[in-house]
Amino acid sequence: MKEVLAFLRKEVMLEWRQRFAVSGVILYLVSTVFVAYLAFDGLIPVQTWNALFWLIMLFASVNAILKSFMQEAESRQLFYYTHISARGVINAKILYNASLMTILGLAGFGIFVLFMGNPLVHTGLFLLNLFLGMLGFASVLTLVSAIASRARNNFTLMAVLGFPLILPMLLLLIRVSSTALTGGSAGVSDILISALLIIITVILSNLLFPYIWKE
Amino acid sequence: MLKTHWWKIAGIILLVYVIVGGLLFSVPQLPVIRETIRNVYFHVGMWFGMMFILFAALGFSIRYLLYGRMIDDLKALNAVKTGLLFGALGLITGMIWAKFTWGSFWVNDPKLNGAVVGILTYLAYMVLRASFEDEEMRARLAAVYNVFAFVLFFVFIMILPRLASASIHPGIDGNPALATGDMAPEMRKIFFPAMAGWFIMAWWLFTLLFRSSRLEKQIDEITEHY
Repeated sequence: MKEVLAFLRKEVMLEWRQRFAVSGVILYLVSTVFVAYLAFDGLIPVQTWNALFWLIMLFASVNAILKSFMQEAESRQLFYYTHISARGVINAKILYNASLMTILGLAGFGIFVLFMGNPLVHTGLFLLNLFLGMLGFASVLTLVSAIASRARNNFTLMAVLGFPLILPMLLLLIRVSSTALTGGSAGVSDILISALLIIITVILSNLLFPYIWKE
Repeated sequence: MLKTHWWKIAGIILLVYVIVGGLLFSVPQLPVIRETIRNVYFHVGMWFGMMFILFAALGFSIRYLLYGRMIDDLKALNAVKTGLLFGALGLITGMIWAKFTWGSFWVNDPKLNGAVVGILTYLAYMVLRASFEDEEMRARLAAVYNVFAFVLFFVFIMILPRLASASIHPGIDGNPALATGDMAPEMRKIFFPAMAGWFIMAWWLFTLLFRSSRLEKQIDEITEHY
């Protein structure tokens, strides 16, 4: 636990000093939403709002998490390897990505509302769902980016490997957020399944990451 | 590997029986479905055959991660290939069935979408393998991805469609075609042999693919020497 926190602190400090990941992805969000705003030309139906929001969040997440294992030189990875356990690394990365994604999710939501309007009926449900969704994206994509970072051609690979795995989660999220947009009774079971998927993913990451990490 | 061959003969006999019986024996006449119900012996069988062989692939991948023998990686790869073939067959038979009962080759339905996600996942596995030079690294990461993908995919395909409010595909509240009340007794006489037959066929095909790729690998190693 101590090493997880230490590693997490290092990640946050690294980010704070360079600040390119968060600001880069936020800029990415702004320009994508703006392009969508121009392309759709005016108010859009609720269902389109929903689909568009999640698509943009999906691509932004892939972009944000892609770097989590690639920004550091191999020699430094070797340094971590000798000092921290693999579980410590993966848990710290998941925690870091989860907090990064939560920030991005809120920022994305803000930008989206700014340009596309706010048709929400249940804002609380939407935000809870957004939070779970960002945690889910972070947990699935962290392990995928660890796998992809070892291969050539990693951006394509990240999308190819990640999308099928994220799709179940994405469908759930879209369904809950559609309830939040149109009103109607909230699906408690959907929220529970999202949480369950996150737990399963984190457990699997803990079990599998040591095999990726060892050289 | 099973060195005997009686099970292959049993598989052939079973499937010949299934094809002949499945097309000739009487089936209950239900509205809309009518004679197309006979597809249940093929479509469901192929899909279950895929799940069975992908489950085997999971086993090989876990064994590779535990013991690190390259042979297990080769087995996992060929099991996935077989699974993809059976998955494609299951999709095609399903699409033909859908055309004649639901009116179009594809409908937007949680179960069908789940099937596509599965196929995409395993195609991604093949792409992942292609992007490594180093054999040992390829085997290790492919195994990791296989375990990860299998669990997530099966959680999805097992849980999600059952929570969906509506699915046109049967099997919302259980395993399609397996529950005893689900199927007329005269059909079960063919259905269960069909399952066994497709499982055997999947395993047999897998052993053939595995053996030929092992031979290829050995030939490569020998020619490298000279």
